[in-house]
Amino acid sequence: MIAEAGHYALVLALALALIQSTVPIAGARWGDAALMNVARSAALAQLLFAAASFAALVWLHVTSDFSVANVFENSHSLKPLIYKITGVWGNHEGSMLLWVSILALFGGLVAAFGNNLPLSLRAYVLAVQAWIASAFYLFILITSNPFLRIANPPIEGRDLNPVLQDIGLAVHPPMLYLGYVGFSISFSFAIAALLEGRIDAAWARWVRPWTLVAWIFLTLGIAMGSYWAYYELGWGGWWFWDPVENASLMPWLAGTALLHSAVVMEKRNALKVWTILLSILTFSLSLLGTFLVRSGVLTSVHAFATDPTRGVFILLILCLFIGGGLSLYAWRASTLKQGGLFAPISREGALVLNNLFLTTACATVFIGTLYPLALEVLTGDKISVGAPFFNLTFAPLFVPLMIAVPFGPLLAWKRGDLVGAAQRLMAAGIAALIAMAMLLAWTHGGSTFAPLAIGLAVWVIAGALSDLAERTGLFRVDFGIAMRRARGLPRATWGTAFAHAGVGVALIGIVCETTWNSEYIATMKPDDVAKVAGYELKLDGLTQRQGPNFREMIAQFTVNLDGQKLSVMTPSKRSFTTRGSSTTEAALLTRGASQLYISLGDTTAEGAIAVRIYHKPMVLLIWWGPVLMAFGGMLSLSDRRLRVGAPKPAKASRALQPAE
Amino acid sequence: MTRKQRRLTMIGGSLAVLAVAAALVLNAMRDSIVFFSTPTMAAEKHIPPGKRFRLGGLVQPGSLVRGDNLAISFAVADGSATLPVSYKGILPDLFREGQGVVAEGALDASGVFKADTVLAKHDENYMPKDVADALKKQGHWKDDYGAKPGAAAAVPMQQGSAMPTQGASR
Repeated sequence: MIAEAGHYALVLALALALIQSTVPIAGARWGDAALMNVARSAALAQLLFAAASFAALVWLHVTSDFSVANVFENSHSLKPLIYKITGVWGNHEGSMLLWVSILALFGGLVAAFGNNLPLSLRAYVLAVQAWIASAFYLFILITSNPFLRIANPPIEGRDLNPVLQDIGLAVHPPMLYLGYVGFSISFSFAIAALLEGRIDAAWARWVRPWTLVAWIFLTLGIAMGSYWAYYELGWGGWWFWDPVENASLMPWLAGTALLHSAVVMEKRNALKVWTILLSILTFSLSLLGTFLVRSGVLTSVHAFATDPTRGVFILLILCLFIGGGLSLYAWRASTLKQGGLFAPISREGALVLNNLFLTTACATVFIGTLYPLALEVLTGDKISVGAPFFNLTFAPLFVPLMIAVPFGPLLAWKRGDLVGAAQRLMAAGIAALIAMAMLLAWTHGGSTFAPLAIGLAVWVIAGALSDLAERTGLFRVDFGIAMRRARGLPRATWGTAFAHAGVGVALIGIVCETTWNSEYIATMKPDDVAKVAGYELKLDGLTQRQGPNFREMIAQFTVNLDGQKLSVMTPSKRSFTTRGSSTTEAALLTRGASQLYISLGDTTAEGAIAVRIYHKPMVLLIWWGPVLMAFGGMLSLSDRRLRVGAPKPAKASRALQPAE
Repeated sequence: MTRKQRRLTMIGGSLAVLAVAAALVLNAMRDSIVFFSTPTMAAEKHIPPGKRFRLGGLVQPGSLVRGDNLAISFAVADGSATLPVSYKGILPDLFREGQGVVAEGALDASGVFKADTVLAKHDENYMPKDVADALKKQGHWKDDYGAKPGAAAAVPMQQGSAMPTQGASR
């Protein structure tokens, strides 16, 4: 019953999406307010039904209804409740359902908070949202229905892939999807602007908070995924330049660029056409990410051939929206009025530079990710493009960007003063040089690259702080006055500083981890001692334990530092009987921002066990950086000026009325 | 500056960055791309010692020897040729004899493949895609390679969206 109800709710959501994608457009064309208002109710109702459908699937998983194929294939009655719920999106069908549910959620939010949008713009935006939604509802219903029944229900399910039975799965995919799908809003706004043939600063004012929301979630989602891979895969790597990861990095890079170009558009009414293009590209890359992960083209070009409907269907959606969006852009962009003038050395100029580097870096990731696929399809040659490629292309492009970051906020709009900005950044520059010199002296004879990179990171962080100090007059005026000024600063300014500093923090983590991590790999017998980075780890013994749906072998290590007992670490190896597979559960010991990391290998006949012990200095900064960036984003979002649904100023309201 | 000059500055700057990026990409393409070979292909192509490539095939049953200090040697076969592989470290969870494997490294002077990375895909068929494709092409594919207890029907595993697809051990 529940499965059928969920299926039916999905069909109804499709029907509503089809209404929402046509009626409001007709209304906008004819200037009929009643028809345009259909968009609002349809979007809200569609959200209701999509949510109901998703809730039905969650219910089926929680109650372990194995007569539903999706539950049978991915669940097990003994699985802990949390993984029964998260298992809903740990498979293809369920994760697509999550995707459309989030799409419906964003549509619903625009409908709910969009009361002060011009009526025709809202109608167009929601209609475009509904086009995307319809395509994906059709995709789910035709090729990946999660509610299919099995004729002879089995008693027990096949269990979820053990690697996915982790709290990481609870958080990571929903975050990532909130990011991916959130960019659909800026896409819809861009298409709406092209259809209407008009765009102004108010448009950017609307697009920015939505882009910011999506960007915050995507930032956290990527960081979360990276940390998950770090502790779950058992060899301490946190970024693999894997196509699936690149698929999430590309929309992030384009989205970051969009965030910055939208500022120019909002403040100076310039870069309109470019901002529109970026909106389209960002969501296109999100769709591409969905395609790469969901079509199976990455697991194998041949998985594509064994289940062609899915791959071809998503490819069609991809071509339709990317091709359609770009054609519409090519056709209509020239009708949009050109924006204001600015000198190359200015805040606008700095933001253009930011966009230039971010999009170029994004393009190199794009080439590295898709070139092997293209080559295999065209010539049949198999190659792998791994970390070395990206280190040689992506990293050099990020260096000038990082050097430029502190200058941006210190340059004035329209015509900036580079020398003045440089003078105000003197302190940051000195801090960076001191950091470099100290590190070079300390690691004498070691790599020169790491101190330089850390100096760059210090430059970015100190630059962000000098911007704040400059604005509050810290050290120049009375401390109390500076504090009062600090409170008076727009939240967006604080947000910028935090986000920029976050980039520097992450860079420090990345450089420290890759340069100074130490590794110890050996077979150990009980009472053996391993020495890693000053720590002494003694293997106390091995014990067996029975978990809810797995058996576990736990190794206990006592960690000593300078003869003092610090802590006990218990890495384990789990074997899951249902799928006949095993996972390695690493043990982590956090010391400040650094971590000790132990994972287990195979046991030998003599009762010894292979272990891998890492000391990873400053590794946590890699994830604190993105968290700081996301926090900065949230601060910006809470800025009055940008608040979603904030009442518009009375003057702007007239300018926002539809042209007709 | 006139509007035209400003625009030219902007376009000039963009082109410069793009040119640099293109140069970086082309340079990286030349040096850091690794080709995939099976033992047969490796023998036919006469890959010189020291040139990095990815070797894929099945772990020859009975060939796995564990030495001291995590030194490991095994042979990779593809039905018509075999290649000895030596490796030091911990093998991934999914490594087993008779199953597919991908190793990255280079041949040494004596013709032994020195692997520094051994990959096993998180695929429930224990069969890396490159290996499966190569075996199919050479006609050595047997359907039972993919079979394993409890998972008779081959449901392609689609994992969480940003699941790293490789477990590797160095």
